[in-house]
Amino acid sequence: MGTMTIDNKKVEFTDEKNVLEVIRKMGIDLPTFCYYSELSIYGACRMCIVEDDRGKIFASCSQLPKDGMKIYTQTPKVRKYRKNILELLLSNHDRDCTSCNITGRCDLQRLARRFGIENIRFGELDEKLPIDDSSHGLVRNPNKCIYCGDCVRVCEEVQGVGALSFTHRGSDLKISPAFNKTISEVNCVDCGQCRIVCPTGAITVKDDREAFWEAIWDPNKRVVAQIAPAVRVALGERFGMKAGEVTMGKIVAALRMLGVDEVYDTAFAADMTVIEESQEFIERLSSGENLPLFTSCCPGWVKFAEYKYPELKDNISSCKSPQQMFGAVVKEYYKEKDSEGGKETIMVSIMPCTAKKAEAAREEMEVDGVRDVDIVITTNELARMIKELGIVFEELEDEALDMPFGLASGTGIIFVATGGVTEAVVTRLLKDKPRNDEKPVLFKDVRGLDNIKEASFQVDDREVRIAIVHGLKNADNLIKMIKSGQKHYDFIEVMACPGGCVSGGGQPSPTNVEHRRERAKGLYKIDKTSFIKSSERNPVVSNLFEDMLKDKKHLIHVHKN
Amino acid sequence: MQASEMMARVDAIVEEHGNQQSSIISILQGIQKEYRYLPEEALNYLAEKMDISASKIYGIATFYENFSLEPKGKHIIKICDGTACHIRKSQPILDALRKELNLPEGRITTDDLLITVEMVSCLGACSLAPVVNVDGVVYAKMTPNKTQELVRKIKEGTFGEDD
Repeated sequence: MGTMTIDNKKVEFTDEKNVLEVIRKMGIDLPTFCYYSELSIYGACRMCIVEDDRGKIFASCSQLPKDGMKIYTQTPKVRKYRKNILELLLSNHDRDCTSCNITGRCDLQRLARRFGIENIRFGELDEKLPIDDSSHGLVRNPNKCIYCGDCVRVCEEVQGVGALSFTHRGSDLKISPAFNKTISEVNCVDCGQCRIVCPTGAITVKDDREAFWEAIWDPNKRVVAQIAPAVRVALGERFGMKAGEVTMGKIVAALRMLGVDEVYDTAFAADMTVIEESQEFIERLSSGENLPLFTSCCPGWVKFAEYKYPELKDNISSCKSPQQMFGAVVKEYYKEKDSEGGKETIMVSIMPCTAKKAEAAREEMEVDGVRDVDIVITTNELARMIKELGIVFEELEDEALDMPFGLASGTGIIFVATGGVTEAVVTRLLKDKPRNDEKPVLFKDVRGLDNIKEASFQVDDREVRIAIVHGLKNADNLIKMIKSGQKHYDFIEVMACPGGCVSGGGQPSPTNVEHRRERAKGLYKIDKTSFIKSSERNPVVSNLFEDMLKDKKHLIHVHKN
Repeated sequence: MQASEMMARVDAIVEEHGNQQSSIISILQGIQKEYRYLPEEALNYLAEKMDISASKIYGIATFYENFSLEPKGKHIIKICDGTACHIRKSQPILDALRKELNLPEGRITTDDLLITVEMVSCLGACSLAPVVNVDGVVYAKMTPNKTQELVRKIKEGTFGEDD
């Protein structure tokens, strides 16, 4: 508590953790590269420097607000220093902006423009370091790195993975995986949270747009797209719309304009997952084997468990994720028709997630040599394709999804917010009791953004304990608590990204707490107004289980050797 | 190196210093003492054991000049290149040694892992410049010839006998 003077204005502060927060609260957008409220304070980029009344320059992110403090955010000295620091950052930076994957969305570019850096007095480095494109989801270009350390901290502090670190010293300083390996050779789970926080093009999403265009233009290919729930509440942000604004109808229209033959909803497959996974859970509950059951829909989490807790292999649900189930079903659905008509069905999924690219490429994700999913495009890549065609997205008329796989329940939609899977499975477990929005006491427990949530309820005289966790570091802590006997659960939902798929590695940046909340709100809004409430009331899904999948359940399960 | 044997050795070293993050440098020094370098497998095992990411351990190991991730020779020759030694011609000693041991630019250890040659900063024996340190023993007022003689003794296996 106290009062400080910022640019000759009196400002009250309460519990702000640093001077930077106070400055931003009063409406001055002080620039930063390395400051994220959810990460530890690093003070590396020096963009947030301010001057105090004694002429001292300091980084406002690393200073506690003090009563009576007098600071200035714009003085000739601050301006000169800040420009100089920017110039030095640019001196080490690959300046090939026009061909950069994130040009126009780059924080470094934006600040260079904002502070009028028109001439960089220092020569460019000749030596170019190799680009690491070994991973299915992400590309690392160390030549564009400004050593802000955001990727290192998010990977370590939020995800508990620690795939990247600062290595070597002084002018040899690098950000690199252990033993200078590529990211595909280490414990990286492809979640892409590093890409979300990277202020430059040093970490970008692996670009699969070309493969998509080629498939679209091949007359012998039937291009079938599935749209993940989290995409529809975030894509609009790339076109100036608000986070959480639902743009499903526009996305469908845009995909048709791109030349996609059929457009479906991944939430349809989420309905299938809910039915299949809750069935699996009921079976395990009665047999008592391999409990707790961990969800398997998040490929980042699955990979994390494989690296760190291989002994949990049998506890992870054998159900394929909705993306993979969808692909397997569509491929099976068109199998005969394709072989008669000489066509090939190409499954393209539009995902908020970089790990989904890696999931689709996994060895076991195919049936009789046919890949479940052929191409995975992230929200950002789709936005770029729409922009490339010059489609005025915000003015598109809404179009409806194709049938039959365009029908999804509200349960399937909220699958992607944290707690969504559990809510969906619980809804199904308590099927005798109709889902009533008047008394969703249990469900309120599992919505929201707390680190670890738990709930328990009665099913046939047995107490079922469930936990929900998002952010892999939190998952790691939860597993440690289970191992030490502190906690016991029957069902655990894990989502690798903080807040679930809404803040996936393929979503527009910035993605902060506010964006997450708004995007999740958008999803719950769809759920509220959806025609079919629960997965098993989805007639198309029911038909599918009774008909096509009757003897072919293997299509929608993972068979690990 | 047998994996189980390596694990047992690392376990013993961690036991000695205590399994806490603040002991990491002592533990790495212990491993280096054991193997004369930091083997990748040992660091990966250490990462798992101490619940520190392998990349962080790699970061620490590459930060300090004293840690080596490459196997080192049985005998380590350090040539001082502090100011005093440098002006008293330490560079010709290094050149002569590299020639004697057939070490190309960028390599410091012989293929048979017998000898490692390092140029180091001041060893603190400036009055004896130029100095060379072989396996911890300081040799004063060295010349290229005298150093080559030491190397020949190492190769013949007679090094240290007459000292």
